Amino acid sequence: MSEHGDTHIGLPGYFGVFAILVVGTIITYYVALFDLEWIFPGANTLVALLIAFTKMTFVVLYFMHVRWSSKLVWLSAVSGFFWLAIMFAYTMQDYLTRSIIGR
Amino acid sequence: MENVDAMKLDGAKKEPKVNYLTNGFSLKSWLLTKDHKRIAIMYLISVSVFFLMGGLYAAAIRLELLTPASDLMESGTYNKVFTQHGVLMVFFYLIPAIPAILGNFLLPLMIGAKDLAFPRINLLSLYLYWIGGILTLYALMQGGVDTGWTFYTPYSTTFSNSFVMAVGLGIFINGFSSILTGLNFIVSTHTMRAPGMTWFRLPLFVWAHYATSLVMILGTPVVAITILLLAIERVTQVGVFDPAIGGDPILFQHLFWFYSHPAVYIMILPAMGVISELISSFSRKKIFGYEFIAFSSIAIAVFGFLVWGHHMFVSGQSIYAGLVFSFLTMVVAVPSAIKVFNWTATLYKGSISYETPMLYAFGFLGLFLIGGLTGLFLGSVGLTVHLTDTYFIVAHFHYVMVGGTVMGYLGGLHFWWSKMTGRHYSEFWGKISAMLIFIGFNLTFFPQFILGYQGMPRRYAAYPEELQVLNIFSTAGASVLGVGLTMPVVYLVHSLIWGEKAEDNPWMLSGLEWRTSSPPPTFNFDETPIVTWEAYEFGEESGLDIDEARREAEVSPAA
Repeated sequence: MSEHGDTHIGLPGYFGVFAILVVGTIITYYVALFDLEWIFPGANTLVALLIAFTKMTFVVLYFMHVRWSSKLVWLSAVSGFFWLAIMFAYTMQDYLTRSIIGR
Repeated sequence: MENVDAMKLDGAKKEPKVNYLTNGFSLKSWLLTKDHKRIAIMYLISVSVFFLMGGLYAAAIRLELLTPASDLMESGTYNKVFTQHGVLMVFFYLIPAIPAILGNFLLPLMIGAKDLAFPRINLLSLYLYWIGGILTLYALMQGGVDTGWTFYTPYSTTFSNSFVMAVGLGIFINGFSSILTGLNFIVSTHTMRAPGMTWFRLPLFVWAHYATSLVMILGTPVVAITILLLAIERVTQVGVFDPAIGGDPILFQHLFWFYSHPAVYIMILPAMGVISELISSFSRKKIFGYEFIAFSSIAIAVFGFLVWGHHMFVSGQSIYAGLVFSFLTMVVAVPSAIKVFNWTATLYKGSISYETPMLYAFGFLGLFLIGGLTGLFLGSVGLTVHLTDTYFIVAHFHYVMVGGTVMGYLGGLHFWWSKMTGRHYSEFWGKISAMLIFIGFNLTFFPQFILGYQGMPRRYAAYPEELQVLNIFSTAGASVLGVGLTMPVVYLVHSLIWGEKAEDNPWMLSGLEWRTSSPPPTFNFDETPIVTWEAYEFGEESGLDIDEARREAEVSPAA
């Protein structure tokens, strides 16, 4: 792991990422105060999730050092999210199709 | 032929040398050990204690169901008894049994490594298992939990006055033990294989544990988060699962089964790995379709994540989702069937012998076949409406979990017992016990298929009188099963003191674990082995002169 010493972003970088996370949290709070349902139903949730996803990407890339890791680690990280996507997708196939029951 | 020499030199005749069991006798040397073999032995003792306790609850259930009336215990107590049976057996026996005991002990030996990749994390896994287990036992002794091992909401979050939080926390902590073990196995398999040990020379036991580890890592965090959400709702009244405060109880089932269905594969895949070893070893034949069996383990691990909705056909999920999950359930049967066909093909024209581990392997084949095929009944959307929450389901999952995992576990424990302890157990009692378990198991659970088909619901202490005869059969079978399961405790412990000393390679096999002493030294091998042979090689290519070794063993049997 010594190569990390040459490639990680150092304390200023970590504080920078931390600042991004704090700003993201504040934006999430303020966005939640506005009703965005006029754009399309569920827009509030979508915006909150997009901010959360951005924050999570910073954590994974910099705090967890994935940016400087081997391709195998990249594969492991991506497959974790792929599995999360499977869980969401197959759960939503239940929720999104309940209204067609009995038609 | 250097391996032949190694075999002769390392045989039972030579002077006793320090092994992992004799390398320190203090309590500290065990509790702070980083040796994967010692950790496995401590898991063996702990898991056996939990199995015993889960078994006592099972005995109480069967005693209650001996008569139609709820006369031994009241319904509330019965709810707690079957819940605690399920919690102890699933989370503290079935899930850790083979990976934590046999996997921990054997995986480094099989890949030619000195230990797992993260020995300290391995010890941490054991401590997390202990902490989770003690917390759960504390809750059970305080009054227990009555939600069923599935903790379905909103009962578990809103109505149950039992120790849901404490048991949930115990399972939550125990989950991390599972995750860390899986992590250790994956990293070890990737990075610590001996020179020449290519992926396709790995024993199928290792492939099975690799696939299991994927499920452990990808699935277990979800159930941990689910239990956390359950706790948050119970404590803070934030609406996640309770419809009265804006939650959705079916969401709990989605999240719970996203882990808990793959957890079935955490239980069965390692057993399948054991069976691959046993079938090949006791047929004296190279396994048929190595690559197919290896990749079917991965396929089961992957497809196993896509079928959880078949636990929810009548829970309120949409019919569309039910159809998709039903189709995918049929798909996951394919890799399981590939394994069974390949094991059967391995037996064909093999030189089959009927030692105790092989009896367990045959038992596994029969019971898993019945368990698997009745799973197809339950995966069919139409039929499952009739069978859901009946004893048919109880029988089905016991055929898979007990018939599969327990048979695989006991088969593996007997197979590698001489390697783990350096002693032989009594083959006579081993065979008697294996047959009693098979007979007792079938007598216990086959009647439950009929009971379920006739409509007897699960989780009730009382039932109509006309169902009593089959319930008596079932309880009688449980008694036989109990005797059969108790016997190994006696003769295995007996063997530790009075058993014959074991040779290094009593079954005459080519795997790396058989090329070191019995019991192995602390760092497994005196020199890093170099692998030049294929897996399951029985010819001269394996570098072992089997016939010569056998002649020597006959001339100078182990003391």
